[in-house]
Amino acid sequence: MALRLVSARMGPFLRQRTLAAAAALAQQRGFAAAASDDEKLTVTVPVPFKTHKIDPPSQEVETSKAELLGFFTDMYKMRRMEIAADGLYKSKFIRGFCHLYDGQEAVCVGMEAALNYDDAIITAYRDHCTHLGRGGTVLEVMAELMGHRDGCSQGKGGSMHMYNKQHNFYGGNGIVGAQVPLGVGVAFGQKYNKLPNVTVAMYGDGAANQGQLFEALNIAALWNLPCLFTCENNHYGMGTAEWRSAKSPAYYARGDYVPGIKVDGMDALAVKQAFKFGKEYALQNGPLMLEMDTYRYHGHSMSDPGSTYRTRDEISGIRQERDPIERIRKLILSLELATAADLKAIEKESKREVDEAVDAAKSSPQPEEKLLYDHIHSGTPANFQIYGADRQHVTVKL
Amino acid sequence: MQRGTAALLRCARFLGELQPRRISSLETARCFSGAAMQAQPSAPEGYDGTAELKRMNLFTAVNDALHIALDTDPNSYIFGEDVSFGGVFRCTTGLAERFGRHRVFNTPLCEQGIIGFGIGLAAMGSRAIAEIQFADYIFPAFDQIVNEAAKCRYRSGNQFDCGGLTIRTPYGAVGHGGHYHSQSPEAFFTHVPGLKVVVPRSPSKAKGLLLASIRDRNPTVFFEPKGLYRMAVEEVPIGDYETELGRAEVLREGSDVTVVGWGAQMLVLERACDAVEKEGVSCELIDLQTLLPWDVDTVAASVSKTGRLVISHEAPITSGFGAEIAAKIAERSFLKLEAPVARVCGLDTPFPLVFEPFYLPTESKVADAIMHTVSF
Repeated sequence: MALRLVSARMGPFLRQRTLAAAAALAQQRGFAAAASDDEKLTVTVPVPFKTHKIDPPSQEVETSKAELLGFFTDMYKMRRMEIAADGLYKSKFIRGFCHLYDGQEAVCVGMEAALNYDDAIITAYRDHCTHLGRGGTVLEVMAELMGHRDGCSQGKGGSMHMYNKQHNFYGGNGIVGAQVPLGVGVAFGQKYNKLPNVTVAMYGDGAANQGQLFEALNIAALWNLPCLFTCENNHYGMGTAEWRSAKSPAYYARGDYVPGIKVDGMDALAVKQAFKFGKEYALQNGPLMLEMDTYRYHGHSMSDPGSTYRTRDEISGIRQERDPIERIRKLILSLELATAADLKAIEKESKREVDEAVDAAKSSPQPEEKLLYDHIHSGTPANFQIYGADRQHVTVKL
Repeated sequence: MQRGTAALLRCARFLGELQPRRISSLETARCFSGAAMQAQPSAPEGYDGTAELKRMNLFTAVNDALHIALDTDPNSYIFGEDVSFGGVFRCTTGLAERFGRHRVFNTPLCEQGIIGFGIGLAAMGSRAIAEIQFADYIFPAFDQIVNEAAKCRYRSGNQFDCGGLTIRTPYGAVGHGGHYHSQSPEAFFTHVPGLKVVVPRSPSKAKGLLLASIRDRNPTVFFEPKGLYRMAVEEVPIGDYETELGRAEVLREGSDVTVVGWGAQMLVLERACDAVEKEGVSCELIDLQTLLPWDVDTVAASVSKTGRLVISHEAPITSGFGAEIAAKIAERSFLKLEAPVARVCGLDTPFPLVFEPFYLPTESKVADAIMHTVSF
């Protein structure tokens, strides 16, 4: 039963890897005495859910050893990947705009634990780890960041434009807040086609003040669309603190007529519980707002050192008190699901995986030239012309 | 250079040395809005030759202009995303400290709200200087600009206007900006009667044109070439001066072909002109400076002299502002034209990430177009 539960909640990527890794470790190290991989565990999340016009979900969260080790592995890999991206940016392998997710990993893994790949996700430009969560590979992200052919968008999109159609990841969008109405459209499609799925429309606390968000919210509520308006509140919209830009930073309550829940977004289990609850609610009742109280360690983008509008003490304080990976590490150790050495082994394996992906991404070729003018339209319109450096006009035929 | 003051006008890593301007009869005859123009020295307008010059890059020149704007009009305000911290391109550095956070303030991330707010503030008689962080982000505010700002005066029978509104926004390629940090959306706004659209090419022009835009009694969209913020450095006059809107500037005189552009593209055009001049082609290079209303007379007069026209901009070629120039010149100078008007522009693709060098109207593409045009 418990295995089925875990399977249903976790996507195939997560499931396969987690179980395989955990089983392998169990075999090697014999630490699985305390609990089998899929034995049901109940953990009480410490921070109560705050709610608006709805009863809160239980703080007692069901989980398993496999899931917790999966959280640890995935979040650690995400962290390594973002740190690698930071280094690659500084050494100019990655150019342009790049927004890192480290600190916010619990949102991604907790959310995915409650959803399956038939549920849709759409987010803004801080999307590298969302892509991993949706079953993407580190190579796809890294190659996309470098504009190389093995990238998930064939190197055409770059940092802000990760997509995975097969797993209903609608990207990776560059304009603040513009993805939310799209997400409502996806939710409409799900409802119209009577699919048992929801759409997670993610946005930041900065985007929470965009007008189109409220337009979309009204439509979603009016038509009871299965959309989870998910505000990843990392407390700074670019360089502006939330209190400077939002009259009410209680983002979970800003839907007025739409109920909302505020979640400790640094706690993967709390996030999972909220999304599990939210999915059930949205399928029956329509939209729900979920505010994830989280934090980004890096600046807004690579040109922002991230320390001019907040103190270094604040950042290090959050790292010490609320880090999502350390929280899961402590939980795993306290439940004696694995030893510190086991977790070190997972870390080492993640590092190796990221390093290999970075090498592969570096040696991935540039997209072929035809991709410059391919995919603009479906088919090529008549008289579509393009010219090269010699400015000789060539009618492109695709 | 002939003029002592002009000798100091150098764009160190930008346009090379500006050519001294000989005042031609064509230029003195040029007029816009019926007002006779005075002959212009090569130094910025309002620069009397005695003011101190200071070496500045483009963002510093913008910053300088904003200091002067706020200093000279207590009823002027600057707002936008992160501007009170200096903005992502440092253009608003020091303003909040100097003039107070009640005059230089951050807004939430809501472009439509920023511009709507600015229109209201301007309608109350203030000078509202709004920043949209990237020109690519201006589209959520498109309705406010096109339907509200531009028509405010007209539809109220001149009872109300938002002429105090100036929208500053960085545009253009930076080498790696990708789809949403590289675009040049100026042509959209040139399609809107009631607006003015201004694009400076250099620090001294940025300062003079920005001050003119802020003080102009029409809502103005001011596109700043973000690729030049740090790269373009020149001697900029200290103090208050305005560069007149609606006037093009002839950067170098020539006899074989007229080359027209604006903003950061002027750097590319300057290099292309240098390249073809080695082949014996004499180019007359014109910086339009203001796209709406644009200085038809200066361009038409030049084409009447050269018989050939090459236009270049970074935005995609189809329906770019070059199309308007080509059509107008075909109408005005049809019998003088000796070759088809050539346009060297961005490709009709979204602004690409890794393919940016293929997309851009580079020096070699422009030089090639010039050679084709003169040998037509």
